[in-house]
Order: sequence, then C-alpha cells, then structure tokens
Amino acid sequence: MSVTKERGWIGESARRVDGEPKVTGEFAYGSDLGTENMLWGATVRSPHASARIVSLDAAAAMGMEGVRCILTYKDLEHAKTFGLEFCDQPVFAEDVVRYFGEPVAVVGAETPEQARLAAEAIAVEYEPLPLVTDMEQALRPDAPRVHPFGNVLRHVHILHGDVENADADVWVDGYYETAMQDQAALGPEATLAVPADDGGIDLYAVTQWIHVDRQQIAPCLGLPEEKVRITLAGVGGAFGSREDIHTQIHACMLALRTGRAVKMVYGREESFSGHVHRHPSRTWIRYGAKRDGTLVACDVRLLFDGGAYASSSPAVVGNAATFACGPYEVPNVHVEGTVVYTNNPPCGAMRGFGAPQICFAYEAAMDALAGKLGMDPLDLRLKNAVKRGSTLPTGQVLEGPAPVSELIERCRAIPLPDDEPPAGRDPIAYPGGAGNVSRGEALKRGVGYAVGFKNIMYSEGFDDASEATVTLRPTPDGPVASVRTAAVEYGQGLYTVLAQIVRTELGVDEVVIEPTTSRNGSAGSTSASRQTTMTGGAVLGACRAIRDALLERELAEPITRTYTHHHAPTTGLDEHGQGSPHAAFAFVVQRAVVEVDQELGLVRVVQVATAQDAGRVINPQLAEGQVEGGTAQGLGLALTEEIQLQDGVIRNASFTDYLIPTILDVAPVVTEFVEEPDNDSPYGVKGVGELATVVSTAAVAAALRAATGRVLNRVPVHPDDLVGIRSEATTSGPAPVPDVPGQKSIPEYLGLGLGQQMLMKASDE
Amino acid sequence: MLIRATVNGVERAVDVPPATSLLTLLREELELTGSKNACEQGECGSCSVWLDGEVVCSCLVPAVQADGADVRTVEALAENGDLHPVQDAFLAAGAVQCGFCTPGLVVAVADLLAREPHPSEETIREALAGNLCRCTGYQKIIDAVRLAEGALA
Repeated sequence: MSVTKERGWIGESARRVDGEPKVTGEFAYGSDLGTENMLWGATVRSPHASARIVSLDAAAAMGMEGVRCILTYKDLEHAKTFGLEFCDQPVFAEDVVRYFGEPVAVVGAETPEQARLAAEAIAVEYEPLPLVTDMEQALRPDAPRVHPFGNVLRHVHILHGDVENADADVWVDGYYETAMQDQAALGPEATLAVPADDGGIDLYAVTQWIHVDRQQIAPCLGLPEEKVRITLAGVGGAFGSREDIHTQIHACMLALRTGRAVKMVYGREESFSGHVHRHPSRTWIRYGAKRDGTLVACDVRLLFDGGAYASSSPAVVGNAATFACGPYEVPNVHVEGTVVYTNNPPCGAMRGFGAPQICFAYEAAMDALAGKLGMDPLDLRLKNAVKRGSTLPTGQVLEGPAPVSELIERCRAIPLPDDEPPAGRDPIAYPGGAGNVSRGEALKRGVGYAVGFKNIMYSEGFDDASEATVTLRPTPDGPVASVRTAAVEYGQGLYTVLAQIVRTELGVDEVVIEPTTSRNGSAGSTSASRQTTMTGGAVLGACRAIRDALLERELAEPITRTYTHHHAPTTGLDEHGQGSPHAAFAFVVQRAVVEVDQELGLVRVVQVATAQDAGRVINPQLAEGQVEGGTAQGLGLALTEEIQLQDGVIRNASFTDYLIPTILDVAPVVTEFVEEPDNDSPYGVKGVGELATVVSTAAVAAALRAATGRVLNRVPVHPDDLVGIRSEATTSGPAPVPDVPGQKSIPEYLGLGLGQQMLMKASDE
Repeated sequence: MLIRATVNGVERAVDVPPATSLLTLLREELELTGSKNACEQGECGSCSVWLDGEVVCSCLVPAVQADGADVRTVEALAENGDLHPVQDAFLAAGAVQCGFCTPGLVVAVADLLAREPHPSEETIREALAGNLCRCTGYQKIIDAVRLAEGALA
C-alpha cells in the first residue's frame, strides 16, 4: 500500500490538492451548483431512433404551473448545429430525429419537477421512418440513409508492403465483436448558466475542454466567444463522456431567453442518452507467420458503429486502424477501417479511444496463432514486439522508448496468485460469490495475457497545445506559487501533478491552483492521456522562465510567466495510409487470472498483473490509481458492460440493468511501471490514463479462453458463452470496403460545416 | 408536508411536497449537498446517510420517513475542522479520484468500522458492495479501510 506525503515533489505520492473537500462533501460538482432565483431545465427527447416530426404542440405545457419557457428548433436564431469534428448535430431536431434520445425541446420552470412534468406534457407526433441499426447493413446500397450523403462517416486505408504475396507458412483468421460501452461516470452532466448584464453568459459546466465547448456554444447563441465565459464545475468522472456538449447550449438558451439563471442536470436514465458511448466494433483479422513465429503479414478489416452523429468518430477510427496489427513488427500490412452512421446512439470518446476494441481482436488472433504454431503466447509476442526504431504499418518510425519486451518479461515475472482450494472458502470468494450459488464443484483457473499500445496526445496533424501561467509571489511566510490553467481535472489528479511540478521547480511548499476558466488560454482536452505531458509541460516551462528571471533579480514583487507547450508535430495519412500520425506511444502488458465455474458460466477474476510503460512516474499512487481504475473498466467490458439496443432504443439505461463492476467483481491489480524516459516529453513522462483499459478486456478474455477452451470472440462474454449455450459470434465475411474519395471524413469532402476542433486544426496548418 | 428531524445534531423543520425523497430534502432544502445523486434507485450508494443509526440510501427513503428521526450525513464526520480518521485514510491511501462516490463510501466505511473494528477482506468487500466507484477499481478503497482501521484502533 502506498501512503501519501502531505506535499510531494515529482516522483512522490503527494496528497491530492482537491482531496479534503471531496472527503468532507464540500466539493461542488456541477450537480451541486445553484443560485438565487434560478430556473430548472428539462429536455424533451425522441422516443424513436428514426422518425419524422409531424407536429409539436407545447401550448398546454406552456400553461402549466411554474413553466417559464419552452424552446424548440424554431428558437434557433443562430447556428443550429454543433459537434467536435463536424457541426452535424442539431441543437434541437427540426424535421427528423436520427437516434433514440435526440433532443427535441427544452423546458425552463421554477422547480425540477415542474420542468419534468411540462416536458412530458409537450405533445410531439412522430411518423416512424425506416431505420438502420446494424453497422454492416448501413454499408448496403439499399440501406436507409441516416444523412442525405449516405452512411459512411470515414474510411481509412493502410497499405504497407504486399500482404497477398507475403511468404507465410501459417495463417490464422479471426472475427471479433465488442459491444457498446458506457463511460458511466457517477457525476452527471450539469450546467448552471447565468445571464450577464453585458448580454453575455457566465456558465459553470462539467466538461473536458472548456475552450472547445465555448467554440461550439457561442455560435449557437449568436455571441462572440468573449461573451461566453465558462468556469469549470466539479466533474464527477468523465472517461470521454464529457468531451461532447450536453446541457450547455440548452441551459444558455433558456437563460438568455428568460433573463434568469438556469440549472440543468441529467438523471441517470437521461445520462445514457446525454453523452456518446464507446463504439461497438466488428473486426476481421488475419495474421500470417513463418513457422518460427516471425510475423510476415497482417490483414485487417474493421467496422465501427458511430451512431447518428459524427462526434469524434473519425479520430477514433483513425486510431483503431493505425493500431490494428498490434505493437508488433509486421512487414506486410493491409488495413481497411470504416466508421458508419447508423440510427444508434452516437458514439465517440471513451478511455482508450478505439484502441481497446482492436486490441481485443489482435491479441485474440495472436493467441490463436501461437496455438497453431505450438508456441508459448508470450514467446510469440517477444519474437515480434516492436522496439525503438521499429516501423509501424503507417511507415511511422518509433523514435521514442518502446520497451515492449521488457514489459512482457516484467509482467511474466510478477508472481502468480497461489492456488486456492475449491472447498471451504468464504462464499464471496467463489465465482458468482454474493449470489451464493457455487461451492467450488467445477472451478477451472485460466491465465491469459494481452499486450497493447496507444497514442499519447492528439494525432493526425492536430496541434493540441496547452498554455499555463505561473505566478511566484513573496509573502511574509515565504514564497507562494499559483497556477492558472484551463486544463480540466476530473479525478485523475492533474492538479496534484501540476502542484508537484511547481514545488519541484520553484522549491515552494504552497501552490495554489486557481479556478479553471475560459479566461485562461486553452489547455486542450483532458483526454488522450495528454495532460501530464501537455499542461505539465506548460507549467514546467513557466516555472523555468520564473527561475530564469530569478537569476537576474530577487523576489521582491510577484513574477508571472506564461508558457505554451506543443507536442511533436504529426501528419495526416496519405493515400496509402502512410505518414507519422501519432506524437508519442505508450505500451502495456497485462496478465489476468480468472476462475470459471464451468457448470454455471460464472467468473471470478483472481488477479490482474500489469507492467506499464510510463516514461517517468510523477506520482506513483495516482499512477497506480489510473491502472487500477482503468483495469476495472476493461474488466467491465469483458464481463458485464453492454448498452443493450433494440431497434436503436436503449433498453438498460440504469445502474440496475447496466452493470459496472462492484468491489466484489474487481480483482487485486499488481502494477509495475517501466520508466524509460521519453526525451521528447517533460521529465520523460508518458501519459498513464488509458493503457490499462486498452488491454484489460483482451487479457480477461484470454484468461477465459484458457480456462474454457472456447473461442469467445465477443465481449462482454456471457455465462451462456462460457458453458456453450450461446455459440460464438459468426460472420458471412468481411464488411465491404466503401467507395470513398480518400482518407478524410466524408463530411469534410462535402464541405459540410467543419466542427470547431477541425477549424482549430485548419487554422494551425 | 412538514418534516421535523434532527439533522447532524440540529433540529430542522422543512416543508416539502409529499413525494420528496430524503436525499432531495437534504440536498435541495437543507443545502447539504455532500450526499450525491448518481443513480436515483439505490444501486450506487452515493447518497448513503445514517437514519436513526442505520446506513440507508437516502434516495430511496421518502422524506416523511425521516420525520422525528435522527439523520447524520457525511457533513457530520469532520469535527472542528479535523477530518474523521476514515476521511483522512481515504486521502492517505489515494482512494479518492473524482470523489463523487467518496461521501457515500466514507459513510459506509465509518459505519462498517464502528460495527466491526477489524473486518476481514471478504467482510469489507461485502459491506461495500452497494457502493459503486467508477474511478479507482476499489483497491485503494480497501487500503483506506485498513489505514482507518489502524487509526481507529
């Protein structure tokens, strides 16, 4: 067990700077905010996945007690759509709805109950339209079109070498499916919007990137950006789900219309429709190898279901396609990766961002190949593992550390948990424990490994820089430092890490992280495992500038320095998918040990051992926390987590029916970090937030296969799969390759409104 | 409907609509927002409070049931600015990330250790099975229970 120091420097487990208000209950999350005389907002959402809006009658609702305002598409006087990569998502549906839960109207009322009742009283008549909810069906020429231009959102083509003529002795073919996963952050979406005297708006919102929120909100309100002032509200977890706009535009519109402060908070059921999810995926993968295990070819077709709107799907499929052959040296590669529009709920960012789905596929295929070759699965991986200097399928050369072999050896060396006798345990130590259903009659242990990797920071030409300002001021009690940043903390401990950097660089004890607002320069998103590198780098740069100033003068008055950190430039993909799309990579290996009740199909995960590439660990306890929590989310996708859809309608929008792991489900996680500094990064750090989630689903599935001998090519794995009642997922063959003009997203070729992230990218180019 | 209850040692009288939950009464009427609303159906434990000494999910308890009762919330744990040993242990062990589940877990752990000063790991896991955490993977929460156990012994 690691125990914190009150105030640590880098490399130490410093105590959280925001910890005390979190344990006392004083910390103000978005859902806790309020002000005098405020209204409450409630959203009217489509009950259909695809329908025409025939009529909308709000007259009766408007007359209800406490109702002050009802807004629909008719009230959209400025920009009518928003979106991270393309502005394709309507603030309110106008003539059609494209997914279950799409907003149609909002109500502002004096109490939450009045708002909810009025929302229910708004009469909307729908005429159901044909819908497409299967990602392969979406590619058929006769499929209903989610958007007028068709259902292909982006297709990525990567060709490196010659797969067809590769000189392989052995081939393995596999087909793999992953389900739609929910981020299930406990803290809900929330915004408090307060109209200001200058005609602008002050809002307090739960988000992951304040400035890109503002770039999407301001045009819809018809306000210049400087009149949309955003302060970060306490964020109760995000995991990707707070990258997209939720309540912000609706709350601001109600506030500006009524002249009153407006609070909006989603309940749990609404939250399932109020944010994007992890893409469901289908992957067809084929590895070719020499008899000694040397990989010579990898051929991958992957298909992601993007749902009704683009969100960040184009970047997600870019990731999945470029990682599709695993962290292995493969000279001949052919990848075709597609993300399609369907009438399912929109998908976008979730921890891992396209990497977990494809890792589940390539690692299962590697195990199958090892089996066919009669090789130890880890020896096969060691034989092919990338290292510094290796070339990836995009032609990108790994210039930074890539200690994959060391990670494999380190993970293998972590002691296995002792065998436990099947009889006489505490009931909760059996698979299905709390259900008290097994006494250990048919237990089988299985051990499985997975190796994975992911990009750190944004890719494909995106310059997601971060700005930070540090002030050092003299006080009678000694110097005090303060940090101004717009970087979002949502639990991972970023602000603690920033304070550690300041303490280390300036030698001060007292570091204040000032409120996080849009007045500070953009820090980029808290995602892509990027903030320790990017905002850490910005704070480091500002501190060093202060140190330079102190060489010339005493600290008689405050010294303030601002620094902007950029990561190494990246490129897009050329016509063959070649380029240097990623700024940096990190790697990870996990070993899962599971116990399966072979009669009941119940699972207990006994232990997960992790060896992770971290460059340099700034705060060991926080880094372990990322591995442990990330593992739990991957374990959830392996065993229980699935948004169940029927004709595009979510059937399990609650924590009773959508099962995130409890303390009874999660195994002890043993974590070791390999610290080979990345010379391109402040202190040599590599982000640690996502990697465990990238591999843990694959590792648990591998262990389940080892225990049962079954194919298990679909996650989550159900008890029925483990006892053989449900057959493996089948396919009639790889999805067709769509006819597209190139590597970019289709909306981009059509000149459809570029989203703000894309505008930022364009302006930087 | 007038509800009279002792909340964190103070007599309170609140007029609320009949269907109000204890959680809503605490959060919206008394501005005790430490108890969180994450699932609204008793699955996640973020709203855990003591009702006459028993830990309950306050989202499932009608406010009327608290009439005449003694209610203690997470806000009652720290005294005179000093953290309760369980709160301190959560920080020392790194058991807090986003923190949204933390108030409920702190209440659940304080309750467990008051009833059972030296619980087995199985007992800890069973006792906390009704408290969902999405960030930590629970390992450091078990560490925090162990640290608090030592501090309270």
